[in-house]
Amino acid sequence: MDLLEYQGKQLFARHGVPVPSGKPARSVDDAVAAADEIGYPCVVKAQVQIGGRGKAGGIKVAHNQDEARQHAEAILGMDIRGLTVHELWIEGASDIAAEYYASVIFDRSAKAPLVMLSTKGGMDIEQVADEDPDAIARLHVDPLVGFQDFHGRRLAFEAGVDGDVVRPVGAMLAKLYDAFIAEDATLVEVNPMIITPDRDVKALDAKVTLDDNAMYRHPDNAELRDLSAEDPQERMAKERGLTYVKLDGDIGILGNGAGLVMSTLDVVAQAGGQPANFLDAGGGSKAEAITSAVEVILSNDKVKAVLFNIFGGITRGDEVAKGLIEAFDQIKPTVPFVVRLDGTNDEEGRRLLAEANLPNVVTEATMDGAAEKVVELAKAAA
Amino acid sequence: MSILVDENTKLCVSGITGREGTFHSLRNRDYGTQVVSGVTPGKGGQDVDGVPVFDTFHDAVAQTGANTAMIFVPPRFAADSILEAEDAGIELIVAITEGIPAHDELRVYNALKNHGRARLVGPNCPGILSPGKANVGIIPAAFFKQGNVGVVSRSGTLTYQIGNVLAQQGFGNSTIVGIGGDPVPGSDFIDILGLFQEDPETELIVMCGEIGGDAEERAAEYVAEHVTKPVVAYIAGFTAPPGKTMGHAGAIVSGSKGTAAAKAEALEARGVRVGRTPTQVAEVAVSLLGAAA
Repeated sequence: MDLLEYQGKQLFARHGVPVPSGKPARSVDDAVAAADEIGYPCVVKAQVQIGGRGKAGGIKVAHNQDEARQHAEAILGMDIRGLTVHELWIEGASDIAAEYYASVIFDRSAKAPLVMLSTKGGMDIEQVADEDPDAIARLHVDPLVGFQDFHGRRLAFEAGVDGDVVRPVGAMLAKLYDAFIAEDATLVEVNPMIITPDRDVKALDAKVTLDDNAMYRHPDNAELRDLSAEDPQERMAKERGLTYVKLDGDIGILGNGAGLVMSTLDVVAQAGGQPANFLDAGGGSKAEAITSAVEVILSNDKVKAVLFNIFGGITRGDEVAKGLIEAFDQIKPTVPFVVRLDGTNDEEGRRLLAEANLPNVVTEATMDGAAEKVVELAKAAA
Repeated sequence: MSILVDENTKLCVSGITGREGTFHSLRNRDYGTQVVSGVTPGKGGQDVDGVPVFDTFHDAVAQTGANTAMIFVPPRFAADSILEAEDAGIELIVAITEGIPAHDELRVYNALKNHGRARLVGPNCPGILSPGKANVGIIPAAFFKQGNVGVVSRSGTLTYQIGNVLAQQGFGNSTIVGIGGDPVPGSDFIDILGLFQEDPETELIVMCGEIGGDAEERAAEYVAEHVTKPVVAYIAGFTAPPGKTMGHAGAIVSGSKGTAAAKAEALEARGVRVGRTPTQVAEVAVSLLGAAA
């Protein structure tokens, strides 16, 4: 789960990471009230999970109440690279003497947290990494030992931070590492991390990604979900315990097992079709789960044909067939279905489908054959 | 021969008294696996259809000689259970549990690596099957027979799909290893490729990868340097959009990294044949084996 900037800053604050004080707002009036309370000059910041907010006009400084109102009106509802701004964060403006970059990343390749520090803050770090890789100091931390003071010193000296802030920058990194571990984050990034004219270190931005699998340890974080950014169909699927990712095409896909579903999308694409979604019904799906999944797939009105690709291990072919029959009974879909059933109880499943004699349901013996058939049917319906 | 599990496997199941744990333990036993014990804290002294249950792994190892563990407990107890199994002297730990926090996996991985005593396969994996010898996990064994193709995969059902096409062509498997779809698998492709290279029964290796991470790229390097047997690969997720997790916690394209195209390219550059569909993988494997015969 990706946090909004202000959610990340509130999380930082809990771990002693200095951040400018601020308030979230969902309306212009709330934003103005927040600005009055914080005092001027303050910054009005669009809260969307995408980079380049400043360039898009989503971050503005307000020197008085009129400006705060103008900026809030302009930014709320603004579209930033496809995302609508529903929330603002109003914070006190900071004086900046230097802009650094700091992050802690879950490095799955090295199987250790990676801490990075650079004095080239305030710009796209991937660009810095491409153009001047030596400008970024990097250090892996043994997760069983944790972040030590020497890690902070090494990074600070190697990155070449101003000598008088070596210690506070190291301390900042230690706090970011604490937050990373304590909150089960997979990414904690601060860009820019600023040095003020008073030589204080502050996190001026916050990008935090939390591990969904660890959410049971952090019930407060689980409530932070940015529902406005979630796709309604993806949310519906999640509530039903299905793994669903919406895509751009018109062929609905259902399969069991993440790998097989990904592979099904690929095979459909190779056959000239465009998948409308990824849907993993999971292992051991019962008939109700299948019925429920069909509802989710068909809730996307772009879907013109649906492909079921099941290789049963724990999942049983007869349960899948029963679920589909039930779905036809309840939802009465009008789009064609292509069904490929293999594995556990596949014959029984195919027999049930043949007996039910559902309208618009074709069975295919192989994955490749099923993909070609569904593409043909979707094109015919287009 | 085969790798990791065989007639000498003595399995102890953590979470054997749970619904799924019981079902699959007994299924593994029915297949012929020696399921010698189970562990459920507080249920020591009971049995599951004749399999004795112990409170701790230490008791189970001491009294039943278990050398392999299967972890079936819920995610919040899984890291603890893996570490307990290792502490008790278990040599091979197969973690089926899905949904373990990434930081738990990181700690477990590093602890096991530092101690160097136990091998972990999984978590979030379907287990290991050596057809005709032993099944540890949830792989539907009926679709596979004994043979000379080793399979290592990040995906369960995709493995069944490929194995089934091979079986239809008359080929069987030495061992099928599911390494799992999580960001920090206990064993990676290269660990398993190395075992297959050493296994006399295995004549060809199928590796089944997917988007996310760089395990396939590292496997490509490893194959070029250490594997003399033919390797055929499949990568799932060519159509996956960046930034979306495709079902497996580890299956996500981050920025320009972890794409299926990059992985396929890395493998092909190192002489590994990459099939574009599961069917094609099986066909390539069959043609290579046919040529070798």
